[in-house]
Amino acid sequence: MKKWLTSTALVCTLALPVSAQDYTPDPNAKQGGTIIVTYKDDVATLDPAIGYDWQNWSMIKSLYDGLLDYVPGTTTLRPGLAESYEISGDGTVFTFKLRAGVKFHNGREMTAEDVKYSLDRVTNPATVSPGAGFFASIKGYDEVTAGTATSLEGVTVIDPLTVQITLSRPDATFLHVMALNFASVVPNEAVEAAGADFGKMPVGTGAFKLAEWTLGQRLVFERNADYWREGLPYLDSVVFEVGQEPVVALLRLQNGEVDVPGDGIPPAKFAEVMADPAQAARVVVGGQLHTGYITLNTTLPPFDKLEVRKAVNMAINKDRIVQIINGRAVPATQPLPPSMPGYTEGYAGYAYDVEGAMALLAEAGLADGFETELYVMNTDPNPRIAQAIQQDLAAIGVKATIQSLAQANVIEAGGAGTAPMVWSGGMAWIADFPDPSNFYGPILGCSGAAAGGWNWSKFCDAALDAKAAEADAMADPAKATDRLALWSDVYTGVMEQAPWVPVFNEERYTMKSERMGGEDALYVDPVSIPVNYDYVYVK
Amino acid sequence: MAAYFLRRLAQAALILLGVSLITFVLLFVLPADPVRQIAGRSANAETVQNIREQLGLDQPFVVQYGRYLGALLQGDMGRSYLQKTAVADLILARLPATLLLMLGAILCELALGVAMGVVAAMFRGRAIDNGLMTLSFVTVSAPQFVVSLILLYVFAVKLGWFPIGGYGTFAHLVLPAITLGILGSGWYARMLRSSMIDVLRADFIRTARAKGLTQRRVVLRHALPNAILPIIAMIGIDIGVFMGGIVVVESVFGWPGIGQLAFQAIQRIDIPIIMGVTLVSAAAIVLGNLLADIVAPFIDPRIRLR
Repeated sequence: MKKWLTSTALVCTLALPVSAQDYTPDPNAKQGGTIIVTYKDDVATLDPAIGYDWQNWSMIKSLYDGLLDYVPGTTTLRPGLAESYEISGDGTVFTFKLRAGVKFHNGREMTAEDVKYSLDRVTNPATVSPGAGFFASIKGYDEVTAGTATSLEGVTVIDPLTVQITLSRPDATFLHVMALNFASVVPNEAVEAAGADFGKMPVGTGAFKLAEWTLGQRLVFERNADYWREGLPYLDSVVFEVGQEPVVALLRLQNGEVDVPGDGIPPAKFAEVMADPAQAARVVVGGQLHTGYITLNTTLPPFDKLEVRKAVNMAINKDRIVQIINGRAVPATQPLPPSMPGYTEGYAGYAYDVEGAMALLAEAGLADGFETELYVMNTDPNPRIAQAIQQDLAAIGVKATIQSLAQANVIEAGGAGTAPMVWSGGMAWIADFPDPSNFYGPILGCSGAAAGGWNWSKFCDAALDAKAAEADAMADPAKATDRLALWSDVYTGVMEQAPWVPVFNEERYTMKSERMGGEDALYVDPVSIPVNYDYVYVK
Repeated sequence: MAAYFLRRLAQAALILLGVSLITFVLLFVLPADPVRQIAGRSANAETVQNIREQLGLDQPFVVQYGRYLGALLQGDMGRSYLQKTAVADLILARLPATLLLMLGAILCELALGVAMGVVAAMFRGRAIDNGLMTLSFVTVSAPQFVVSLILLYVFAVKLGWFPIGGYGTFAHLVLPAITLGILGSGWYARMLRSSMIDVLRADFIRTARAKGLTQRRVVLRHALPNAILPIIAMIGIDIGVFMGGIVVVESVFGWPGIGQLAFQAIQRIDIPIIMGVTLVSAAAIVLGNLLADIVAPFIDPRIRLR
């Protein structure tokens, strides 16, 4: 049994040595072997400034490193390419001391210049990075975005192994931002040489390097023998086979031809797999930073009335919806998932109460109910969940028509503000990083309520926004607990106004072959989906 | 002949232009925003706007279409929105698999269609003829995704004769080729049956019989080569039919061809890929038809190209 060193010392201590808290390697782990991982869809790109789907996220994690990283299987930050850092008293100046002797896959040593180059690149509009906005707190971001500067004023190279980042405002989430894939360090010369094809010819400092990419068929990652974390990775190579339907992948896994089906267990086969003890034993279950919810458009009548929104919250039978997805989730009471810091323990939310809901509707002058539309993505199990919601609403006299559309069309209707209700399944929020702020701005804050934004409730409460901004400015590590308490207030404040019906928090189910080794936490790693390739091994 | 080719080429160019325009219009009016798909959830308004500008999606339709055509004329099909790879590379990498699958499907439909057609013609009006014609009706009407799933379940999952999807060996090719070819085989069976019946009535067949040749020799050596000609001419047209089928068949069998590429691109509204695959398919159909027309006079001298 390994122990997690989950001290929060990291954020509190200045110039922290790396050994203070890290992962204790598995004593049984051994070097060698090749595993096969399957996916249905092509891998989009391996450029860390651009890749932003759950499929390439973990691949990019294994090819590149950032200044910070997470302890495998946890949401605890640990030093990556930076071996230590200092934060100024006001929380706006971060000085990172880089690890010496780290080599890119092309053999060159990584320096502070590369860190600066990589941050300039990701924020440069020409790079077209979807993650550029995460770096908005770095001084000079606005100039780079506007095109009046090509280099971030706030990022300075002190010496080849020291880089200093100055923020224009205190940002409590900044260390998490530096652990995002978008902050990965890339070598200038390789990026320039590859041009627009860098995403197909990735060069980083990560545990694996790309050995082969046959478009539409397979990718092969090969062990980086010069990797700076000693003894890692364990696997000689990882083969990703694409174009494989999840059902086919499962059959091949049962035949011993596949080690990890990347798309998971197909919903239609879930009950069958879990009913077979031999197969169920190879399924690892873990939480994830996910919430599935129904948005109620606060700008469209009758959802502009608080009573109506509360009534809908009370009308939904969440337990039954969880049953529809074979119990692969836990009912939710609030926007944050239980494993997220800032989650309000013991908060009951709106209990299932049909009579109470009808009383509230009557109070709003809608005793006879009303007609509305529920938008939903058209892939299983979402239409079935929408039907359950429809029945629950019918029980309080609300007649909802289901609009079952392709993902892009639902996103469009939600963003445009024309959808009265949206079930988030298939598009639900999964956190970019384990911090409560990540569940607010884009999906519940005023900034996300603009046309095209992901705040499909169009909910905008200035007082809550101010509170959220205050929490994000609390960069002093000593105030971390106060900050989480403030976030807890923000989310309970949101629930008082009921712009959402939080329905459930999905659990993750990763299936693996018999020969896969490494503890369970690596197979439900919160940041590396489906598995943490750097630490798993073949028995 | 030269004038004929020039005219056909000009026609082909016009058809492709029309296809590109219609597809572009359809994608333009689609109630979905590709920029949202690229930007993801966390992108702020500036990032979204930047992506829109960088891809030129903030421009009016005429400008966007003009730019696309301009680049296309220089041989540039653009880059995938999400994969960032040149569309030409993506299609070229997958084209061999699609061509191989089509070749397999042509062989399969010829083999099945000819066998069914010959037997049906020989036993005209008998139970076996009726049975085969009913079967051909079924194969023509069966939706390809149903056929593919049945074949996959029976022969790959239950019997284990073939691999469950994938690419690389002859065994991988069999089931998708049958799925794709079985539809055409029904048509061929019906066409060959009627053409065989005509030929079997011809004088030279009576002569051959009178010479005392065996039934087998009469049918296979004398009747079939004559009856099969119109069918050979049709293969070019089949390419168009296949282009529709590969999207389904390649997706089900995990066959790494352009149909699978198109399927993924449609789900992600990756417009450059959708445009590219559509144009390549349209070009293939035009080429197939042209081929069929060119072959026709060689097969039947009564046909002249004008």
